[in-house]
Amino acid sequence: MKRLAQILILLIFAGCADTTSHTRGVYMLMDTSGTYTQEIDKAKAIINYLLATLQPGDTLAVARVDSASFSEKDIIAKGTFDTRPSAANEQKRKFRQKVDEFTKSVKGSAYTDISGGMLQAVEYLNEAGSGKKTILIFSDLKEEIKKGHVRDFPIQLSGYRVVALNVTKLRTDQADPREYLDRLAYWERKVTDGGGTWKVVNDLERLESLID
Amino acid sequence: MLPNILTLWSEQPVLSLFVLLFIAMAVLYAARKPAHEFIHALSRTIHNAMRIASRSVMYAEKRLAARNKEVLLAAGEEAVQRIIEREFYRINSVVARDLSGYPTLQHKLKDHITRIDEDYTESTEVPPSPPAWLPAIEAVAKIPPTGDTMVAKILEQINKSLNEQHKIAIDEYRKAYSKRHSILKKMMPFWRKMSNILDVVDKTMAGLLERSKVIDSKMEQYEEIRKGTDKAVRMLSSSSLTQFCIAGFVLLIAIGGAVINFNLIALPMSEMVGGGSYIGPFKTSNVAAMVIIMVEATMGLFLMESLRITKLFPIIGSMEDKMRTRMIWVTFSILFILAAIESSLAYMRDMIAADVQALRQTLADVEVTAGRTDNWIPTVGQMVMGFILPFALAFVAIPLESFVHASRTVMGIVAIGLVRGIAFLLRLIGNISRYTGETLIRIYDLFIFAPLWIERLIHTGKGDKVEKSFSKTKEGINSAKGGM
Repeated sequence: MKRLAQILILLIFAGCADTTSHTRGVYMLMDTSGTYTQEIDKAKAIINYLLATLQPGDTLAVARVDSASFSEKDIIAKGTFDTRPSAANEQKRKFRQKVDEFTKSVKGSAYTDISGGMLQAVEYLNEAGSGKKTILIFSDLKEEIKKGHVRDFPIQLSGYRVVALNVTKLRTDQADPREYLDRLAYWERKVTDGGGTWKVVNDLERLESLID
Repeated sequence: MLPNILTLWSEQPVLSLFVLLFIAMAVLYAARKPAHEFIHALSRTIHNAMRIASRSVMYAEKRLAARNKEVLLAAGEEAVQRIIEREFYRINSVVARDLSGYPTLQHKLKDHITRIDEDYTESTEVPPSPPAWLPAIEAVAKIPPTGDTMVAKILEQINKSLNEQHKIAIDEYRKAYSKRHSILKKMMPFWRKMSNILDVVDKTMAGLLERSKVIDSKMEQYEEIRKGTDKAVRMLSSSSLTQFCIAGFVLLIAIGGAVINFNLIALPMSEMVGGGSYIGPFKTSNVAAMVIIMVEATMGLFLMESLRITKLFPIIGSMEDKMRTRMIWVTFSILFILAAIESSLAYMRDMIAADVQALRQTLADVEVTAGRTDNWIPTVGQMVMGFILPFALAFVAIPLESFVHASRTVMGIVAIGLVRGIAFLLRLIGNISRYTGETLIRIYDLFIFAPLWIERLIHTGKGDKVEKSFSKTKEGINSAKGGM
């Protein structure tokens, strides 16, 4: 009888326990190729917004997009914030410091491996076990892969929300806007084919729709 | 589908339709009687079933009303009993406090009256006794004058002595008068004391009289309730509805207070239990904050029960006084500790909020503003609120009890209304079914008007023939009678 009561209590508590994760995970890819490094201040503002918005327990990582982005070395700052607000605030301060240090010493890269960065983001957020996963791509979406690197395969993005930020129009886009539209369509197709959702935010005054 | 049926008979759909109509009419005419009986029986069955259901619902409504009345009267009786008991208790305390000292008071009064009496007796005016030698003087005065110098001298001496004695008597009289006045003056404080004592007695008596009036009116109410009169039921119903509204309003205010309390401690609770864990869809810190508030409300409930202010848990009210007193102290201590915890949480909340604010300012590249000197005001305000709100919540037990008791009556009234509505609906459905049946029979006949018309014609023809043969027979009889 006593045993039965214990099992019942365990069952009740097991029923109450929430198996779904309510935390949010955000991975931001920052394009540092060519002239796009000039946009780094805007990226900093977005990171600051994320730091102010994310709650204790959430995960944030910022990585650069360079010639070969499928690497942990490209992660500038990362971390899951502590569940205690005071400790989380301290972590956020350190996070910001790291980002500041990076932006002061950033150098442009020859190639732009966005797909590699996305793969790294998926790997990192899957490990973090966040409930709602968002990948932010701060880039003009012009991918330039180093010779010998293979990136033309589908990326599994089920449960991911991919947001392209500040997709600037290139000089060639002025001549033929279809290039710009094709670029957006290509990435949208790549994301939706992988099972993710796609969104473009070019107005950086409306950042509230960045994360759920 | 329809065109197939139409072309089944002929290539011409109109003709097919007519044929079909003709067949349908023939079939319907043939089945007219059983169809009428079926429609009639169906409508009557529904009508009767609904009527019976309505009756049973109305019967249930009567029983519910009777039960409500019983509950209402019982609750009213208990409430009036409580009021009367309390009034008697008050009278008892007044009697015990004031009237128990009445023997002493009476003794005091008697003492004062005796002293006043004595003083009064002392102060009575005693007429100066006439000197004993007055008749001798009278006798001397009656002596006829002889012109003797010796006699004149004696008379002069007597006159002188008389004047002296008169002066002495006047002085003595004045002294006695002054003494009497001083005695009367001494009486004044005693009079005042007596007057004060009598005033106190008068006030006590007036208070008792007021209480007795209240008891009289409550006793009248009690009698009405005991008799179960309609007046008593109306009065109690109205009182219950008023109580329901007022208690509901106060409970809403209390809920508002609880929400503010929740917001005050939810954030700092995340510092204690973590802000990332969830119980169901709710944050653990929020649940913990809510649990603290609920525990406070429960402790307040127990405190009010132990103080016998509310009677939601009769087991607490019927405890021994010693046990009850212990319970009062235990619940009060828990409440006090929780209030202290809330106060510290409120302080922590202020600290966390300031830290978050500073971080946001840093992130927004705004220079962190130096703290103002009067920054302690919101901190202290939050701490005081955190400390007071648990005690304020403790008093929720009082409107909660009223709400629970009044809601029984209100729910009864609502249930009666619902049952009446259902009964009305059932009767309405029954009547609709009855008249629908009649209407259907009419529509049925309307559809087969052609065969019915023919039938009537045939019947009329037969009727004419019968009438004609009957009139012929009648004429024959009449002629036979005439011939005779």
